[in-house]
Amino acid sequence: MSVGQPLSIFDISGRAMAANLVRLNTTASNLANAGTVAGSEAGAFRSLKPVFRTVMGEGGRATVAVDRIATAGAGPTQRHDPLHPLADANGDVWEAAVDSAAELVEMVETSRQYQNNVQVLQTAKGLIAETLRLGQ
Amino acid sequence: MIGDSIFGIHATALKVRESRMGILASNIANAATPNYKARDLDFGDALKLAENGQAADPALRFRIPVQTSMDGNTVEMATEQTAFAENALGYRTSLSFLQGRISTLSRALKGE
Repeated sequence: MSVGQPLSIFDISGRAMAANLVRLNTTASNLANAGTVAGSEAGAFRSLKPVFRTVMGEGGRATVAVDRIATAGAGPTQRHDPLHPLADANGDVWEAAVDSAAELVEMVETSRQYQNNVQVLQTAKGLIAETLRLGQ
Repeated sequence: MIGDSIFGIHATALKVRESRMGILASNIANAATPNYKARDLDFGDALKLAENGQAADPALRFRIPVQTSMDGNTVEMATEQTAFAENALGYRTSLSFLQGRISTLSRALKGE
């Protein structure tokens, strides 16, 4: 969406919820792939992080969008394990370096922010419904 | 305009409350966006502008954070949530004033 188009509260909070859901999904894939092993450094899993970007609207309103999903954090750890079925010619495997504690913190933060947006949406919806009942 | 004399300032106040709600919702939506600067409407200024039929943009102010964060984001959830709750209450207050005016009028019309 380009700058200058009107944004309703439903747009603002709805898109923020969508962005937070993407963030939750990346956290889930990071946790699911924690400790996975690959036969090459390039093939190993690297943790994913969404990059958020502000989308400006009219009259000071703004919402959020996921700009891109970047790989972040430490590179895979090289481990010498010649008996591993995925080991390369030198007997090395690469293990995904996922920081499980950081991912869990991220998960909690994301779910709190999702809840905040739901709360905003609920309040706005209630107020609009009350306005519609005005004069009845 | 007849609407102005019946509803007084409350109709305008309701519009300003609605636009402030949008801005506070934007702050909450951008709680994790790097370099996002939280903003708020100066309610008094915005009300004066709205009474003259002008847009509320000049009444927008940047929020001064209590504690700055590393990513340049100035949204503080506690501040935003308090402001949002206060604004929602203000919206409800304006609504009940309007409701009062409407019921007074309809009572007069029905001759009860």
